[in-house]
Amino acid sequence: MHNVMKRGGAVVFLLVLFIIWEAVVWWRDIPMWLLPAPSAIIAEGYRSFGDFSVHILATTKLTLLGLTIGASIGFIIALLLHRMPLINQMVYPLLILSQNVPTIVLAPLLIIWFGFGLLPKLIIISLVCFFPIVVAMMDGLKNTDPTLKHYMQMIGANRGQTFWKLELPYAMPSLFSGLKIAATYSVMGAVISEWLGAKQGIGVYMTYAQSSFRIDRVFVAIFAIMLLSMALFALIQLIERMIVKGQTREV
Amino acid sequence: MLLEITDLSKNFGATEVLQHVNLQVADGEFVAILGPSGSGKSTLFQLIGGIITPTAGEILLNGKAISGEKGHISYMPQQASLFPWRTVLQNVVLAQEIQSKANYTQAEDWLERVGLAQFKEAYPIELSGGMKQRVAFIRALLSEQNLLCLDEPFSALDEFTRLDMQNWLLSVWEAHPRSVLFITHSIEEAIYLADRIIILSKRPAHIKEEIKVPFARPRHPAMLATAEFIALKQHIFAQMETRKTND
Repeated sequence: MHNVMKRGGAVVFLLVLFIIWEAVVWWRDIPMWLLPAPSAIIAEGYRSFGDFSVHILATTKLTLLGLTIGASIGFIIALLLHRMPLINQMVYPLLILSQNVPTIVLAPLLIIWFGFGLLPKLIIISLVCFFPIVVAMMDGLKNTDPTLKHYMQMIGANRGQTFWKLELPYAMPSLFSGLKIAATYSVMGAVISEWLGAKQGIGVYMTYAQSSFRIDRVFVAIFAIMLLSMALFALIQLIERMIVKGQTREV
Repeated sequence: MLLEITDLSKNFGATEVLQHVNLQVADGEFVAILGPSGSGKSTLFQLIGGIITPTAGEILLNGKAISGEKGHISYMPQQASLFPWRTVLQNVVLAQEIQSKANYTQAEDWLERVGLAQFKEAYPIELSGGMKQRVAFIRALLSEQNLLCLDEPFSALDEFTRLDMQNWLLSVWEAHPRSVLFITHSIEEAIYLADRIIILSKRPAHIKEEIKVPFARPRHPAMLATAEFIALKQHIFAQMETRKTND
C-alpha cells in the first residue's frame, strides 16, 4: 500500500512536469524544430508507431543479446578474480581503465576493426555493462558475513563448499544491483552502437530524425529508450524477487 | 573419555593466550567453561574446531589426535549464523550437508519434536532472536559428530529469553543426551546447565578450578533460589575476583 503511494507520487510528479513543459511550449510559442510539446511527441509516436516498432524490436534484441553476453563475462571475471587474488591485483586496474575510454571514441575504432556487423556492437554493449557487474559481484563476494564464514570453517566446510553454499548466494543481491545498472547502460550502449552503422534500431531512427530536423521524432526515440530501460529494469527486479529469498524487500 | 585435551598452549606471536590447559569431557557429560571476556575461550574452541593449530599440547577425540583437523565437532556459535536465503528446514540440514548428506525426514522429525514444525518454511528474517538460536541448536544437534560445542549461545539474548532458552536446552538435552562443551561468561548459566564447571583465568588462560556441580537432574528454575546455589555462585564469583588481583 505504502509502495503504491510512493509510485503514485512519482507518476503525479512526472505528469506535472509534462504539463509545465506543454504550457511553456504553448505560452512562449516555441517552434516544433526547437522543442516540441509533449502532446506533439505523443501524437507523432502514435502516428509513426508502425514504422518505428521495427526499430524498437531490433534495439531490444540487440540489447538483450549484448546484456546477456556482457553480464556473463562480468560474472565470470568476478568469480575468477575473487578466486585468484594475485591476478586480481594485476587485472583490476586495467578493468577500471577500460571504463575510462569514452564509448563514443571507441565505437568508430571497433567498426574500423570489425566492420559493420553484429560483433562490434556486441563488444560495445558488453564493454559498458560488464563493469558494474564485476564491481558489484566482487563486493558481494568479498563482504560475505565473517560470522557466517567462521561458522562454515568451524563445521569443517572446505573452500568449494564455502563458495557454493555461502559466498555465491550471499553475493546474489549485489549481483542483481549490478545487473540493474548494467541493464540501463546496455540500452544506451545499443543505441550508440547503432548510430555508427546499422540498418535498423532506435539509434538509426534517431540519426535520420536528427538530420531531417524532426525533433519530435528524436523525442519519440528518447522516450522509447527510457521505456525500454524501465522495462528491462523491471524484468530484472522480477527475476530478483524469484531468485533472492529471505531478504528485506527494501530497494 | 570423549574429549581429552592435554597441556594445550597457544601463542599468537608474543602473546600467550592459552597456557597448559588440561580438560576432559566424558560421554554424555555437560561441561561448562567459565571465564571473563577475552580469556581465550573462543581460541580454545577454534583449536578444537581445527581452524588454528596449537603451539603445544594435544587434542584427542575418541583417542584420535584432531589438532588442526576440521569437521570433527558440532558447533553452535554466539550469533545464530543462519543463512538468510534458506528456510528453517534448509538451515537445520546445513551442517549435515557439509559432512555428508542432508536428511530432511530426520530434520522435520526434530523440528516437530521441539515445537518448531510450523516455522519450517519460514526464513530467518521472520524469526525472533530466541527462535533463531533454537534453530541453530537443532542444526548443531543434527550433525553427526559426538561432541557439541556451544560458544556463548545465549549471550546475545535478553534476560527473559535467555532463561526460557536455558530451560528449553535442558529439556531437549535431557531427553537426548550428547556430550556438550559450553562456553559462557555467566556464572548462573554455568551452574544451572552443567555437570562440571571449568574456570579459566584471565589471559594467559589456564585452568584455576574445576567444580563438580552438586545438583541432581532434571533441573528446575526453583534451584536458582536455593541457598546451596547461591553459596556456589558466591564461591565462583570470589574465585574469579581474587584471580584478578593475584594474577
